[in-house]
Amino acid sequence: MTVEPTSSPEGANLGAPAQTPSSPQKGMFGITGTGDVSGFGGLVRRHPETAGSAKPYGGYFDEVTDALEEAYPGFADAIEKVVVDRGELTLHIKPQRILEVVQIMRDDESLRFELCSSVSGVDYLNSDARRLHVVYQLTSMTYRRRVRLEVAIAADDSIPSITSVYPTADWQERETYDMFGVIFTGHPNLTRVLMPDDWEGFPQRKDYPLGGVPVEYKGAEIPPPDQRRVYQ
Amino acid sequence: MTQSGYASERETTEGRVFTVTGGDWDTVTGSVDPLSNEKIVVNMGPQHPSTHGVLRLVLELEGETVQEVRPVVGYLHTGIEKNLEYRNWTQGTTFVTRADYLAPLFNEAGYCLAVEKLLGITDDITERANTIRVLFMELNRISSHLVWLATTGMELGAISMMLYGFREREYILDIFEETSGLRMNHAYFRPGGVAQDIPESAIKKIKDFLVYLPKKLKEYEDMLSGQVIWQERTQGVAVLDVTGCLAMGVTGPVLRSAGLAWDLRKTMPYCGYENYEFDVPTATTADVWGRYQVRLAEIRESLKLVEQALDKLRPGPIFISDKKIAWPAQLAVGLDGMGNSLEHVAKIMGQSMESLIHHFKLVTEGFRVPPGQVYVSIEHPRGELGVHAVSDGGTHPYRVHMRDPSFVNLQAIPAMAEGALLADVIAGGASLDPVMGGCDR
Repeated sequence: MTVEPTSSPEGANLGAPAQTPSSPQKGMFGITGTGDVSGFGGLVRRHPETAGSAKPYGGYFDEVTDALEEAYPGFADAIEKVVVDRGELTLHIKPQRILEVVQIMRDDESLRFELCSSVSGVDYLNSDARRLHVVYQLTSMTYRRRVRLEVAIAADDSIPSITSVYPTADWQERETYDMFGVIFTGHPNLTRVLMPDDWEGFPQRKDYPLGGVPVEYKGAEIPPPDQRRVYQ
Repeated sequence: MTQSGYASERETTEGRVFTVTGGDWDTVTGSVDPLSNEKIVVNMGPQHPSTHGVLRLVLELEGETVQEVRPVVGYLHTGIEKNLEYRNWTQGTTFVTRADYLAPLFNEAGYCLAVEKLLGITDDITERANTIRVLFMELNRISSHLVWLATTGMELGAISMMLYGFREREYILDIFEETSGLRMNHAYFRPGGVAQDIPESAIKKIKDFLVYLPKKLKEYEDMLSGQVIWQERTQGVAVLDVTGCLAMGVTGPVLRSAGLAWDLRKTMPYCGYENYEFDVPTATTADVWGRYQVRLAEIRESLKLVEQALDKLRPGPIFISDKKIAWPAQLAVGLDGMGNSLEHVAKIMGQSMESLIHHFKLVTEGFRVPPGQVYVSIEHPRGELGVHAVSDGGTHPYRVHMRDPSFVNLQAIPAMAEGALLADVIAGGASLDPVMGGCDR
């Protein structure tokens, strides 16, 4: 089967449909190029910027933030905002402070986040210059608590590796590098882990196309998934 | 050694080269220290029967002692997380189920719980749906542990265990097939409930299985536990204590074999696990033997949970009542797997225009999920399975990351194997129970 750019349906959304929480969405179907006759073409939907929450946060969240503030002198400077949403606490940290923060999160007696459950990335393309977010999920087995740390950086920026505090972050940071191109300084061996060593580009970035070929099904030609009509 | 001996020597870029002219071989070999000069690099995998799928280990050996191990993964990377971003939220279950193929229902459960938390409908999931989820997850845990017992048995020389383990697993897969239409990759759990109610025939099979497995399990324990070879290959092998486990992020049976009773079903319950009676088995040896004991005990605990879940199973809806989220079609198992029930197709095509519109909108467009992010973790047979889901308010996931226990646990292979014998790398790696589909996603 031949793959031609014209094989996608008229007005379909080409490339990655990157809609971010903070970027406005136009229309209903992601149609660009042609006139939208659906009547929804002029619709503009804006999502509110994730706002920081105000104290009291409720639950154990106040205890965690208070304990961190007490143990960490640079708290006011390092914490950009605190978000409580759906019963989860997220601390937005300045990139260069993340190593200091996780050190205290692990070692302080009233925090004791012994386990770094997960490190991964999210690409908020078009939101602002700091589009790449690195998300850390910490677990305290002593207190049975969870906290999420989030760091936002620009695509060509770097952040300190936390492998010296949590060795388990080794492969997970490698995966984040592999998929998003986040450079972790101080990582012992920052190489690709899932993709082949000579791979170019960072596949999970929103401006990296999914790829695929149109397929024929019962006589009709179905475009690849990233070129199908998208309901936003 | 001098030129006047039987072998002349010269320096090359590759090291010293001896040219042996005959005679006194002992003199030649005696001047070479076999320990420091015989370092060889062995590439094990990715196609190797005892690496559990496509895991590649690069080993630096001195004699039979492993000096360094470097696990290499990624051979089964299929871009599941990226693909999810181009499908609607419901279609996501058909992708995540293919990650860890020995525990598909756990992938689905973790994903569905994350979507439900994003939607804010966690408390609206019906009692019956939650009970079915627990019932099926525990059956899946048993089948996963049986495969572990089977493959580990094979790798350590107990070939018959491999046949027995896979045979018993087949009973569980039959139950899954009876209910969801598929042996593996079920896409049975959906955001909002489960796709299909359990038929009576499957309930009967589960009840038969509850009688059948304990006897068999006793046989396998008798066969392995007293076996001297099995003991020698497992006891004191690949030790990783609690500190090591937490540093490397290792959870699940491996952590519990080191003595820490950390089980998310107990410590951070979900799906109503707080209403069930069960113990968290632990061991203190922190070796392969301990992990074997813990997994056997976990199969027995899971059987208890299955029994309780069967008792709790009351008639009722299996899907959330909110019609804006609930899948419109009643599904039925046909000859070729699960599909729309024929009555439903007759209704939307012949009787109700509104039903057709509703079906069309929900199936092609999907439901919208309010913007935000959540992290949900469940106790997978191999440890903590975390799902970090981000929504931008649209009908597709913005980002889903699966923190798969196989991926994180595999990092511990060097810590367990370096300094030990080559054969213990196999035992230690097997005791982590890595599944490369989950590791590479």
